[in-house]
Amino acid sequence: MPQDYDITLKISYLYDSPAAASRTLLRMLPRTEPGQQLLAGVVTADPAPGWRRDDTDFFGNATTEIAHEARLTRIVFRFDGRVRRALDSGALDLSCGLPALAQQVAALRDIGAASPHHFLGASPRIPADPAIAAFARACVGPDMSAQAAVQAVSRALHGHFTFDPTATDVATPPAQAFRARRGVCQDMAQVMICALRALGIPAGYVSGFLRTLPPKGRPRLEGADAMHAWVRAWCGADAGWIGIDPTNDMAAGGDHITVAFGRDYADVAPIRGALRSAGRHRTTHQVDVIPV
Amino acid sequence: MQDGAKVSAPDAVQRFLQGYRPPPGVADELLQRDGRLRPVWAPLIRHLAAQGPETRARAFARGDQYLHDTGVYFRQYTGDGSTERNWPLSHVPVVIAAQEWAQLAEGITQRAELLERVMADLYGPGALVRDGHLPADLVARNPEWLRPLVGVKPRSGHYLHFLAFEVGRSPNGSWLVLGDRTQAPSGAGFALENRMATSRVFHDVYPGANVERLAGFFRGFRDALNGLRQGSESRVGILTPGQHTDTYYEHAYIARYLGFMLLECEDLIVRDGALAVRTVGGAEPVSVLWRRLDSRFADPLELDETSALGTPGMVSALRAGALTMVNCLGSGVLEARALQAFLPRICRALTGAPLKLPNIATWWCGQPRERAYVRDNLERMMIGPAQSTKLPFDMDATTALGGRFRGAAQPSVLDWLEREGDTLVGQEAVTLSTTPAMVEGQLRPRPMVIRVFAARTAEGWTVMPGGYARIGQSGDPTALAMQAGGAVADVWVTSDQPVQAETLAAAPAGPFLRRQPGQLPARAADNLYWLGRYVERAENGVRQLRAYHLRLEEYGPRAVPLVTHLARFLAGFGLDPAPHPLPRGLLAHFDASRGCAAKVRDRFSTDGWNALSDLAATAHDLQGRAQPGDDAARAMSVLLRKIAGFSGLVHDNMFRFLGWRFLTIGRAVERADQMAATLAAFTARDTPRGGFDVAVEVGDSVMTHRRRYSVESGRDTVIDLLALDPDNPRSLRFQLDLLLEEEARLQPPPDRGPLGEAGRRILLARTGLAVATPDQITGARLAALRRDLAAISDALTAQYLS
Repeated sequence: MPQDYDITLKISYLYDSPAAASRTLLRMLPRTEPGQQLLAGVVTADPAPGWRRDDTDFFGNATTEIAHEARLTRIVFRFDGRVRRALDSGALDLSCGLPALAQQVAALRDIGAASPHHFLGASPRIPADPAIAAFARACVGPDMSAQAAVQAVSRALHGHFTFDPTATDVATPPAQAFRARRGVCQDMAQVMICALRALGIPAGYVSGFLRTLPPKGRPRLEGADAMHAWVRAWCGADAGWIGIDPTNDMAAGGDHITVAFGRDYADVAPIRGALRSAGRHRTTHQVDVIPV
Repeated sequence: MQDGAKVSAPDAVQRFLQGYRPPPGVADELLQRDGRLRPVWAPLIRHLAAQGPETRARAFARGDQYLHDTGVYFRQYTGDGSTERNWPLSHVPVVIAAQEWAQLAEGITQRAELLERVMADLYGPGALVRDGHLPADLVARNPEWLRPLVGVKPRSGHYLHFLAFEVGRSPNGSWLVLGDRTQAPSGAGFALENRMATSRVFHDVYPGANVERLAGFFRGFRDALNGLRQGSESRVGILTPGQHTDTYYEHAYIARYLGFMLLECEDLIVRDGALAVRTVGGAEPVSVLWRRLDSRFADPLELDETSALGTPGMVSALRAGALTMVNCLGSGVLEARALQAFLPRICRALTGAPLKLPNIATWWCGQPRERAYVRDNLERMMIGPAQSTKLPFDMDATTALGGRFRGAAQPSVLDWLEREGDTLVGQEAVTLSTTPAMVEGQLRPRPMVIRVFAARTAEGWTVMPGGYARIGQSGDPTALAMQAGGAVADVWVTSDQPVQAETLAAAPAGPFLRRQPGQLPARAADNLYWLGRYVERAENGVRQLRAYHLRLEEYGPRAVPLVTHLARFLAGFGLDPAPHPLPRGLLAHFDASRGCAAKVRDRFSTDGWNALSDLAATAHDLQGRAQPGDDAARAMSVLLRKIAGFSGLVHDNMFRFLGWRFLTIGRAVERADQMAATLAAFTARDTPRGGFDVAVEVGDSVMTHRRRYSVESGRDTVIDLLALDPDNPRSLRFQLDLLLEEEARLQPPPDRGPLGEAGRRILLARTGLAVATPDQITGARLAALRRDLAAISDALTAQYLS
């Protein structure tokens, strides 16, 4: 039985002094992919932009590029829509062992969007880090399957980190969050990606939503009140990509709705923009994910 | 004429070449393997051999003088910031026979075509990876493979339009490509400057030496760039990262030489999917950009998000086919060292033919067999990062040569190869050919590499007949000697046939048309405006300081109130003369002037630039030496003469184009403001005795004042002359008349709408002065006038300069 969700995402910026003419790139529309279907949905900005183009980026994420000519003191971006999500399949571990993984990746002659090759090397926001690599190596045993290794790293990182929204911001490098052992879903996802890549496991960053209120009898998950982030790891030709949420140390399943997927936050940021303002600005961020 | 040198002047040439001994086992450009002079060098060597040391020194100095006069420089980064370095010209050119060059050019053309096809595949179907010609991992890890550009088809149909190739000659005499420069190749403009300087050094040989000219190459490329506009009325621009980049001089030079706008990303805006430049007259469409900025900085929205240099929406405009980028964004992917390991095979696979021009032997250590080969031949390998775009000889601490790390505290090379093989390449340690350079009066062999340039025109690739040679500092012929410094030299491709003298100008077609000069980017206008203001602010400061030091000399420091009054006035402008007779604040004005000019080098005459540089240098020099009093006053007179020289150049010689108007407007605003401040301080009721004289002196009106008011002089006469007289070029009224006139000309009559904010404020202030009498120009009125001037400056900025 699939589950449908009505989703609203609202991100607003308020400026102390008017921001000059601006151009913004939005990635707010959920993906349609195996296990997930966007039934209806629209991305809007208020005030309405003077120019707009909708497109798809390299990794297949929907983009909305907009431009405002006028100076703005406030702007609100939103997504409203309905998404159908398949429930957990209770997946079997089909993944291969870690040594075989390297060979399987190397055998893939593909640089298309779904190729694991993009997710092995350093990416703009996730450079290699020796401390994280050492941590990762300590988590895994020689006989582990790739999926077991991913789960082991998730568990270890979940224990390593204390969820703390005041400790980091959107620009905190993974190495720093790892040292501080505090942070939010973005930090944990990025540290985990760094760790998996150090083990030779291709890993990417997912931005998305969690259902706001848990089903009866289950605890409310961390990260449900804002956009959430988790990890996808490639575990061999048979297992393919699996989703894992280190913040909640669980498989990313029927409660996780994917918006965008890329190498790190820079590839999936819901808003990339050139809103330049001399003064300060405030941001508010609101998510509602209601099962219907 | 196999043995021409010996026939005509055997003794002199023999003596001259006596000490010239190329190291064993390398090719030499000058001498054949049997030690005889290559015929193509004979005329040049005969000429050099016949010169006495003094004549030669004079000839070399002519070249240096040219470089100095044109202000050629190179920004060099060192541990503590960057400095502008003098141009290290090696005066003896590299001479290559036209026939040999033609062969090299053929190889270059093939390689350019090949690179175009590789790029089209990497940003298109990806067949090279699919078919196993290129490992997916190498592409995916290449930081210059820009995913947002995948699938973007260039509007021109081509990704690559301008390329450079670093070539060297191997011991067997054949050419070898050491590196492909595809991102934003520099050096073509420097090659042109080397030619100018070298042709001056050899002004009696060059004209008859059948040296192929360079202008035709540039003309062809200029026409090609204009053609890429596809018939539209839009503009071609050269996109530079700005004055802090190491080759900014060249960007400005090429822009001036080819007549294109020099643009920075902040000059550009993407509007309605198209690219435009912000000019003083509004947004103007731009459809072709010769990019001298690395791709990933070009657009913070889709590429490097931390880039402060980019134009948001640039990628989007490219995707929409609204512009042609030369080269297309993402072209840096072809520069990775590792690609050279695969190009020979790719060439055969794609074209069925081998590379005519081989590249340096390269092995990617991500493959077991190749890794083993590198391991077994460590002694003749340079091992370094596979994705590095540096040339093989630009080595750093991450490179191992012959099995030894250059940096300290690294693990063994063998471990390194095993652990990180897929991020490493081995490249054969090459030995370069040597070419003659004059070292301490003697001709000496020095290793060299040549950067060769290729441009795409409507007829296909053309190769510049000449190039940019780099000459090693020592005689060591390994590629290592090329790093860190060395010299540069011209390359003469000489033909048996007389060559046609060429200039950049194309043959006239159709009736003569007077072309209006190009649009002025708002940023350039802003820099010219502030250049005008800073130079005037400096001049005024110098005049006030001279007035102070003259009185200090005459009366001593505390004897009369006027000296103290002057010192306090100066301190109010950051020019306190007490700690330094030539205060730091004054130097800052000169530096700021030079800083503004540095940002608009393409719009600034060489003479003007030299005058300004000389001015700033003189001020710095005098600061350490000038003593308070007479000595400092004299120093100020020196500076005033130099400022007058600069102003003369600007105002007598500069074309009255839009940029000149902004410079003039800036000067007038500043002069008015300074004069208002001076009058307020030195014509007040409580000004110490002698204040009027100071005002008249600072206003450079001593003679006029004396002549006109010899009988009675007082506050009214000073105010009349310095504030209200429309004919005194130092008066307030004169500045406002000038502002009114020049502001009106910023918008030519057909476009001229109703009076703008700036025009309105100028007219108001000017009318107020026109009807005022001296007694009405009170301190309060002068203060109000200064506020008006600030508002005029703001209005000009809002209207034209931002």
